[in-house]
Amino acid sequence: MFEFYLNNTRLIADISGALFWPEKQTVIFSDLHLEKGSWFAKQNVFLPPYDTLDTLNRVEKVINYFKPLRVISLGDSFHDDTWMERISKEQITKILNLTNNYEWFWIQGNHDPSGVPSLGGINLNDYLDPPLTFRHEAKRETTDGEVSGHFHPKAKIKLNRKSFSDRCFISDQTRVILPAFGSFTGGLNVMDKAISSFFRDDFKVFLLGSKVRQFPKTALIS
Amino acid sequence: MPKTFIENWFKKKSWKLHDHQIKMIESGALGLSTLLIAPTGGGKTLAGFLPSIIEINADPTNSLHTIYISPLKALTVDVARNLLEPLSEMDLKITVETRTGDTPQSKRQRQRKSPPNILLTTPESLALLISYPDSSTIFQELKCIVIDELHALATTKRGDLLSLALARLNTWAPQARRVGLSATIPYPAEMAEYLSCDQTINPVKIIEAKPTKKPSVEILIGNSRLPWSGHMGIYAADEIYSAILNHETSLIFVNTRAQAELVFQALWKVNDKNLAIALHHGSLSVEQRRIVENAMVKGALRAVVATSSLDLGIDWAAVDLVIQIGAPKGVSRLLQRIGRSNHRLDEPSKAILVPANRFEVLECQAAFKSILDENLDGDILRQGGLDVLAQHIQGVACSGPFDKHVLFNEIRNASAYKHLSLEDFNSVISFVCDGGYALKTYDRYRRIKLDDNDLYRIADSSTERRYRMNVGTIVESTTLKVKMRRGRFLGEVEEYFAQGLVPGDTFIFAGRLLTFEGIRETTIEVSLGRGETPKVPSYIGGRLPLSSNLAEGVRALLQNPSSWRNLAAPVKEWLERQEQLSTLPKSDELLVEIFQRRRLFYMVAYSFEGRNAHQTLGMLLTRRMERSGTQPLGFVATDYAIAIWSLKQPSNIKDLFDEDMLGDDLENWMAESTVLKRTFRDVAVIAGLIDRRLPGHKKTGKQVTFSSDLIYDVLRKYDPNHILLRATRADAARGFTDIHRLGALLKRIKTNINVKYLTKVSPLAVPILLEIGRENVKGSAIDSLLDDAEEALISEGMAMQ
Repeated sequence: MFEFYLNNTRLIADISGALFWPEKQTVIFSDLHLEKGSWFAKQNVFLPPYDTLDTLNRVEKVINYFKPLRVISLGDSFHDDTWMERISKEQITKILNLTNNYEWFWIQGNHDPSGVPSLGGINLNDYLDPPLTFRHEAKRETTDGEVSGHFHPKAKIKLNRKSFSDRCFISDQTRVILPAFGSFTGGLNVMDKAISSFFRDDFKVFLLGSKVRQFPKTALIS
Repeated sequence: MPKTFIENWFKKKSWKLHDHQIKMIESGALGLSTLLIAPTGGGKTLAGFLPSIIEINADPTNSLHTIYISPLKALTVDVARNLLEPLSEMDLKITVETRTGDTPQSKRQRQRKSPPNILLTTPESLALLISYPDSSTIFQELKCIVIDELHALATTKRGDLLSLALARLNTWAPQARRVGLSATIPYPAEMAEYLSCDQTINPVKIIEAKPTKKPSVEILIGNSRLPWSGHMGIYAADEIYSAILNHETSLIFVNTRAQAELVFQALWKVNDKNLAIALHHGSLSVEQRRIVENAMVKGALRAVVATSSLDLGIDWAAVDLVIQIGAPKGVSRLLQRIGRSNHRLDEPSKAILVPANRFEVLECQAAFKSILDENLDGDILRQGGLDVLAQHIQGVACSGPFDKHVLFNEIRNASAYKHLSLEDFNSVISFVCDGGYALKTYDRYRRIKLDDNDLYRIADSSTERRYRMNVGTIVESTTLKVKMRRGRFLGEVEEYFAQGLVPGDTFIFAGRLLTFEGIRETTIEVSLGRGETPKVPSYIGGRLPLSSNLAEGVRALLQNPSSWRNLAAPVKEWLERQEQLSTLPKSDELLVEIFQRRRLFYMVAYSFEGRNAHQTLGMLLTRRMERSGTQPLGFVATDYAIAIWSLKQPSNIKDLFDEDMLGDDLENWMAESTVLKRTFRDVAVIAGLIDRRLPGHKKTGKQVTFSSDLIYDVLRKYDPNHILLRATRADAARGFTDIHRLGALLKRIKTNINVKYLTKVSPLAVPILLEIGRENVKGSAIDSLLDDAEEALISEGMAMQ
């Protein structure tokens, strides 16, 4: 767990890749990409069919730990818009259980533009809860306190003659981008312009691993 | 006599048919499958073709008569050239063509309609050739299948793939006989078994051509101080250079690409006479390698420094000396390397062994003795991989609908799969269908499915496209191109090496000191560097473990002081001191030394089982020591011994080495090991779960690249007995973990552990302790490195404010 401030708000970057907002008892996940495995299966690429189960198990673990009142899924909760044809009953039950027990927000993402109908919870485009704003993809022009996902940030750092890379949070004083939480989600290096151009040069990453560690831009490699 | 035209041609050349060539012709006339074992040179390849040439000449045909399979694309081109010349001189109308990945699409299509009499190809291209719906018609008249360098193929996954293709060809053309050409090997009977489709009904005839003279081998030790450790051997550069001076053409073999670069540089530093000395290894660009090979053919070079990249390939008659720098690691491979000099069977090959450190002196001595005693080593045949089988079944499906039971019987005809169980076969079929997971949620999606006649058919063309794109069993690690800024392409380095570089870093590559400028997409840009202390490419590959056979030789040498008289004086003195200060390791026991040094306790075990088995042993021992509170800090594994250092003195040594460490401890370690993830990636690509990444190519929209690490983690958690995990564990057990050898050791030494408590480091332990620091310590070390990095940055940040 790693504590940091965004727009004067105390936040916790959890080792799982989830974000916790203690004051509002809110847990935030991003890019769950549920049913990504079965989406591949539809294209005749048979990845293991356990990604939804595994992702939801980890979601439950985080929720049981922080015991929040409210949960926000920052978009791309499902890998595509036809997941309903493929998802199993067991997984639906699991999700309904969650949305019934917590105040649950589904933010729409580019993979699931129609949101998540019929599984409980509230569907939203952007969600403003000052001093923070929650949306799927960061906006160039925004007010301070933007929390988003979409880019699946990861970072790599150099250690003697080796390097280490893992998923990470990236943040400056304006915004934070969360790592992808789904079991089958890859990542994009934060040094890529697609991510780094959103941040001032004094950004920090909170790198996941055996614990959360903070690094400045100068420590990172592409 | 039908072969007169061949005898006439040999006469015209004033050559004589070798005995083994005559025997091959006779064996061919009887239609027997044959294994020819002969050293390099001596017209082995030609011997394989002679019966086919005679047959086609006697009974001209338009169809495919003989298919020749070689492990190297380049070799098929050379063989074509070497075959076309005598054919035209004998005035024979026999067509010969190659078919490899380099053959243009139009030519490949034409070959399927009108094939040549003799087709030269590789295992991968053959796999593709048999995967078309009309494939069986091409092979209907096939009479002969020739496999070159069989010893190099049979014990690998490429050999599995080939063995499956042979089984297929046997269904289509049961009349075709098989011919294997092999270098000298320890298990001819096993090799014959690989070749045969039913050794009891249709035994393979074995023809052995032995060189009349044994090679002349000497061990060279440089005049400067013999190093205690290190594997490069450049301390003897002066002596190696004079050996080059005294011979026409020398082939200098080394063990790794990094060593090749260093030796090459060291030789040029002493090259006062400006001799033409070249460099050849697998990372250099193909063009560069071809330039060197062609210069060699023309006799324009005095020496080439090479890695295993030249173990196989074209014969160069001009080579009159082979130098092996560094430990030979195995006798068979050493003999094959030595065989690359002096390609006349009636003259001895000449070789010099240059050990790079003291233990390697012992190893060279043991190799020397094994060559005299003809005591060879080598891999025993493998059980075919299930991942390769999955790939093959996709190919079979592409060629047409199949019946499961018929296919099972055909596959059991492949020697590598003759013990395949019906259960494993069914698992592979179900993997090919829909991934074969315990959780059945993909029922609606199928790669192949049963039709109304109980035949399996491919579901759509995407399977076919994907199969053709991914065929083959060699999974390259991702590489980046090395290019001069505004200049030419020099070769390729592994991605992980490039990632460790920072602009301004220097390294040696392609025989030059280069400065790293930056990475641009899949290319790293370099400029000529200055300065003396480069960062040498730390390439993997080529680092073979010591063979059990040679290890035995080293052990025998150590415990028998009367055999030391041939050893160099410093080595002899070193062993004598060991005898005085500790004791010498005996063949039937495990010597373990324990001593304290600068507050740490060191435990050194002389187990002589090769670095892979020792690496595994080190991981398992440190786990146990951690549990018993000995607080181990790290270990180092060499080919000869393992050293572990700890904060507390290790106790209960006999329990520590108990065989039961191969149970849960092993299972737990393997599960966490990153090497296992790499093995899984290869298995997943070969089996067709994910698409291969083609180095240098941008991925196409249709290609599925997916992090195999994510799949591995999920699969291990929810489907631990999945067929791909089983294939991964099987690969790991015979590959990098060498569990078989470790198990044999633990069984052998059970109660025979000789523990010596010493007051200081023993002479024999010195080279091993010197390796410390070259090696990585432990997995958890990366964590402390991360902590350090974070801390350093924190204090740096504090200082600036």
